[in-house]
Amino acid sequence: MKASELSCGTGVPSGIGACESSAPAYSGISRRRFLQGSAGLSFALALGAAPSGGSAKEGAGIGAGISAWVRIDAAGVVTIYNPVAEMGQGSSTALPLIVAEEMDADWDKVAIAYSPIEPDIYGHDAIHGRMMMLTVGSFSVEAYFDRLRIAGAQVRHVLLVNAAEQLGVALASLSTTPGAVLHPASGRRLGYGEIAQHAKVPQALPEAQELRLKPVGEFRLIGKSILRRDLRGKVDGSAEFAIDVDLPGMQFGMIQRAPVAGSSPLAFNREVIAALPDISAVIPLDHGVGIVGKNLPAVMKARQQLQVEWSKDAPAEKFDSDTAFEHYASEAAKGDAPVKRVDSKGDIAAADASAAAIYRADYLNDFVYHAQMEPLNAVAALSGDVPRAELWIGSQFPSGLRAEVATLLGIDIAKVTIHARYLGGGFGRRSWHDFGLEAVQLAQQAKVPVKLVWSREDDIRNGMFRPMSLQRMEAGVDADGNITGWRHRVVGDNASIVATGAKIPFYAIPNQAIDLLEMRSGMKTKHWRSVGYAPNKFAIESFIDEIATARKEDPYQLRRKLLRDSPRALKVLDEAVDMSPYGKETAPGRALGLAFSEHQKSLTAGVVEISLVEDTARIRVHRVWLAVDAGIIVQPDNAIAQMEGAIIQGISSALLETVSVKSGAVHQSNFGDYEILRMADTPEIAIRMIASEAPPTGIGEIGLPFTGPAIANAFAALTGKRLRHMPFNSSNIKLAMLDDGGAV
Amino acid sequence: MIEFTINGQATVFKGDPETPLLWVIRDSAGLKGTKFGCGVGQCGACSVHLSGNLTRSCLIPASAAAGMSVVTIEGIEGIAGRAVQAAWIEESVPQCGYCQSGMIMAAVDLLHRNPTPTDADINRAMTNLCRCGTYGRVRAAIHRAAAAGGQAS
Ligand code: FES
Ligand code: FES
Repeated sequence: MKASELSCGTGVPSGIGACESSAPAYSGISRRRFLQGSAGLSFALALGAAPSGGSAKEGAGIGAGISAWVRIDAAGVVTIYNPVAEMGQGSSTALPLIVAEEMDADWDKVAIAYSPIEPDIYGHDAIHGRMMMLTVGSFSVEAYFDRLRIAGAQVRHVLLVNAAEQLGVALASLSTTPGAVLHPASGRRLGYGEIAQHAKVPQALPEAQELRLKPVGEFRLIGKSILRRDLRGKVDGSAEFAIDVDLPGMQFGMIQRAPVAGSSPLAFNREVIAALPDISAVIPLDHGVGIVGKNLPAVMKARQQLQVEWSKDAPAEKFDSDTAFEHYASEAAKGDAPVKRVDSKGDIAAADASAAAIYRADYLNDFVYHAQMEPLNAVAALSGDVPRAELWIGSQFPSGLRAEVATLLGIDIAKVTIHARYLGGGFGRRSWHDFGLEAVQLAQQAKVPVKLVWSREDDIRNGMFRPMSLQRMEAGVDADGNITGWRHRVVGDNASIVATGAKIPFYAIPNQAIDLLEMRSGMKTKHWRSVGYAPNKFAIESFIDEIATARKEDPYQLRRKLLRDSPRALKVLDEAVDMSPYGKETAPGRALGLAFSEHQKSLTAGVVEISLVEDTARIRVHRVWLAVDAGIIVQPDNAIAQMEGAIIQGISSALLETVSVKSGAVHQSNFGDYEILRMADTPEIAIRMIASEAPPTGIGEIGLPFTGPAIANAFAALTGKRLRHMPFNSSNIKLAMLDDGGAV
Repeated sequence: MIEFTINGQATVFKGDPETPLLWVIRDSAGLKGTKFGCGVGQCGACSVHLSGNLTRSCLIPASAAAGMSVVTIEGIEGIAGRAVQAAWIEESVPQCGYCQSGMIMAAVDLLHRNPTPTDADINRAMTNLCRCGTYGRVRAAIHRAAAAGGQAS
């Protein structure tokens, strides 16, 4: 089984629209033809869970709302369609595995192919309540779990009904074993492929409630150690990313984007560039200047000679990251600050009035860059008088992209084909598709297929960042030592990002006022793995420790008290302490820090062990322990890998990462000045996934938010000083060491 | 005109001799397993073996490869190469996978020079970047490959 089955054919496509793949939507194979089966396929099973509110647009003979997840050929090969992006999180194996589980497929005979980009059929509505193909927010397994189980069970049912007819026996006398139907009374056995050859799809499919789904104890794929299907291609170099796609006649494009977001080119030396060797087009765009040429190095060279005069009126021109926090702090202090409520509970004014002590602290978070290892890129090809557009891209949001391309070109969405490719990292950056639209624009203007590539410098300087933010915390404690009042004001860019994770749904604090003061820097901001959770949990979990320290309470016991209403959360916290030396022993020169975090419906608590390298003022994280409750785990080893990755990315961002901005321009340019964690600084990591029969919840991000506060709490245990500005790089550590006391 | 071999194949490159070897490998020879990550020698995604030496191909002009032999991820052979790739699967190392060709080229090089590396040796040799955070598994896979390589030879 080749891993490249996940992409369209193996290796380089032989031409535009000539992708020899079994996947259905590519290059003119209509969904209808796919559903009817194509040459060499005796049977195409077109059924599945009807997405609520979805409708099948074409497909004569196929009822509205019926989707297609599975195809079985005569040889018994079961093709299962994967609707989500694969960016290393493993969902392209996990989702087909869920279908295979309920249909009792032989996993060795399962092939995985990308589904068409048809959100009404293959999308989910977990995020905005309407169907989208959007791989974000650790939602994939959670959003598709029930539907794919039902789809798998329906397939199994159809196979059983057909087998009963073919064998002339009662339906009730049959059972299934992986890949086959059994008639135990006679010892007869029909492989799924044999049944499929002559199968008919019955008029009425059983509804979800009529189907028997497997109890958790009967799972033989879910929760077992099953290798991800994309691994092999990722160790032999054959896994295809969009940047690896070649088309006949394709040229290469780059764009010199405005150094300040929102600026436009006013004038540039077009003739000079156009005359350079191997350059075929110089293309003015609203936000930059595109150069297309016969090879990428020629385009890179030409770019060095490009001179552009940029407009100077973008709002970001007025923004300096250096002074922004002062501004944020003074705005936050204004009594009439135009805040938006994030959450509230009880009577915060009464809590203030009756508090025996009030604690306060501000926490700061810098801009952070995605640093996905594959720089943004896309390949676009347009053809015909009424253009058709094809796009090869690693996108977290292909259904949105498809619609945007149609709008950009003024063509029907049916004329736009998106060829999904592996993502060399997403982390939220690839759920916006500016780079896909740029490739289309260059291909349209240059009149050739174009591979658009961002350099690493482009990727950073024109990045969309996790917004910088200030968290202003205030807590009131009553005479008995209970936290009775909790205020949290989040100050920063982008309302849809910056306040996520600011709520404290598991802490039993009766009076809460959590709000957001939105600032507009003019910078481009974007979801970044765990979105607002990492900055907000940094503030919340540091502050809990600060209060505990001020009151001479044990931070673990204080959290136990706060989590008393949630047995699940308490268990996670207890497990983290149990599996680590927290509160038991500390090695000389080292200290431990604890933090708790939910991320949507998943829960974690983690402990880190750190030391301080005094001469360089750098923190080293030696060991990490993390307990996680994310419900049923579909792929346990992959879940652990996701925790490891999130922890490393979390430590990296907490210790090293900062984007600084002067007059709207980004200072950093490559990995030399935007460092990320390397092998030598990687800690030992132990993960405990808590056994659960609850529905699965997200695993892609939950391992990240606890890292910052756990490190800050360990640092306070080690030095008595508080780190209130992330990242904890040398300069912020030195400032913290000079601090003479708490803000508390 | 620059002549060299890639994975044993005689190759002639007629373009600009200053073209970084990375783009010759990817776009002239069509071997896409070698990746572009930073273009400045920082990330290691473009790592290849140039006449036996681990080299970041984004930093080397095509002219510097004249007469040399280039080995890419598609061409790694021998016990170390096979053991490393097998260990990578056993440990389920890759996540997004984009850095992994470079990681594997660096690991094979390390094991050629040092068949039983310590953790400190691995830290020194493996300076490639992985944003997905697969470092712990890379380390485990190198130790596994070292153990398997010992048995195989
Ligand atoms: S691309 Fe060569 S080291 Fe990053
Ligand atoms: S596996 Fe994604 S960058 Fe290493």
